[in-house]
Amino acid sequence: MTTQTAENAPAPGREPRIIAFCCQYCAYSAADMAGSMRLQYPPEVEIVLIPCTGRFDVILALRALEKGADGVYVAGCLEGNCHFLDGNIRARKRVNYLKKELESVGIDPGRLEMYNLSASQGPRFAEIAAEFYGRVRDLGPLHKNP
Amino acid sequence: MIIAERKPVEEIKGFIRDKKRALLIGCRGCVTVCNAGGVKEVEILASLLRLDAKKDDVDLTVDELTLERQCDPEYIEELASLTGGKYDAILSMACSIGPQFIARRYPGEQVYPVLNTCFLGGAMAHGIWAEHCQACGNCVIHLFGGLCPIARCAKSLLNGPCGGSAGGKCEVSDQIDCVWHLIVAKHMEAGALDRLLEVDLLKDWRTSRDGGPRKITREELVKND
Repeated sequence: MTTQTAENAPAPGREPRIIAFCCQYCAYSAADMAGSMRLQYPPEVEIVLIPCTGRFDVILALRALEKGADGVYVAGCLEGNCHFLDGNIRARKRVNYLKKELESVGIDPGRLEMYNLSASQGPRFAEIAAEFYGRVRDLGPLHKNP
Repeated sequence: MIIAERKPVEEIKGFIRDKKRALLIGCRGCVTVCNAGGVKEVEILASLLRLDAKKDDVDLTVDELTLERQCDPEYIEELASLTGGKYDAILSMACSIGPQFIARRYPGEQVYPVLNTCFLGGAMAHGIWAEHCQACGNCVIHLFGGLCPIARCAKSLLNGPCGGSAGGKCEVSDQIDCVWHLIVAKHMEAGALDRLLEVDLLKDWRTSRDGGPRKITREELVKND
């Protein structure tokens, strides 16, 4: 039975849609582990597998937001541990760049985030998902008419 | 190549305030190479403008298109079917030549420049561009070890360095190398300092901007029909 907490309490309006771009070497495996460990995390988080966060492109996040997502996050390996050396570092730069762009059109930059974790951090994956879900839910829907 | 950078989103939003349909046109030439106005930048800006409108429930359509070049009439011609009242605003994401060519060919359209055209330069590293040419129309870099004192010296001195050169940097900014320091160092390394003692003839500046807007005509290429 799931315990009702402030973080997983239903939002007053519609539930936020969240897209998580997860690196297959870390965050995606961590999500698997979270599942194996029967850890609860908000079902509104939809995971998109990417081969490395270096594959993350700002247009992917923009399209997600345009098509109805209320928040997007990118989850990659711990800094220094990228399978492709610096994909996660480059992804963070792109995320920071897009945060500024979103701010320039009046969108809260908090709707986009970059996280780093390792494949063995299943509980951390669930924690990130809940934390980001809570943040986006507090921000409310991105579009008046999605 | 021509180096450009995008105007602030706020300024671009001002162009399309009260407009309902905008066409954002990129260019596959220089501005694609300097990541300012190619397919990808068009996608990003169009998406941002649509997001901005959608979040406020504003009725705005932003369509995307990227032409091979915007500085050749044959490619501008491709817009013929998209003009004539289909869009309230045409946003050109090319250097300033693009919007000028579009506005000239389609005088009834509202054409806006989305980029600021900055300088003629090259990529120093991925994401870093620096000015290397001022298009003076009379290249003399062979006299200065392959370095251009016109574009790269703040004073365009042909007989530097000036008193503002210190530690290899320009007095304008410690981020700017003194090109005359580099020129002298290069000649010293090559054992060719004597070259800098030679007195060059006055540079002919008539080929530069001093003679007004410039034009080149190659008769063998001009079609007479």
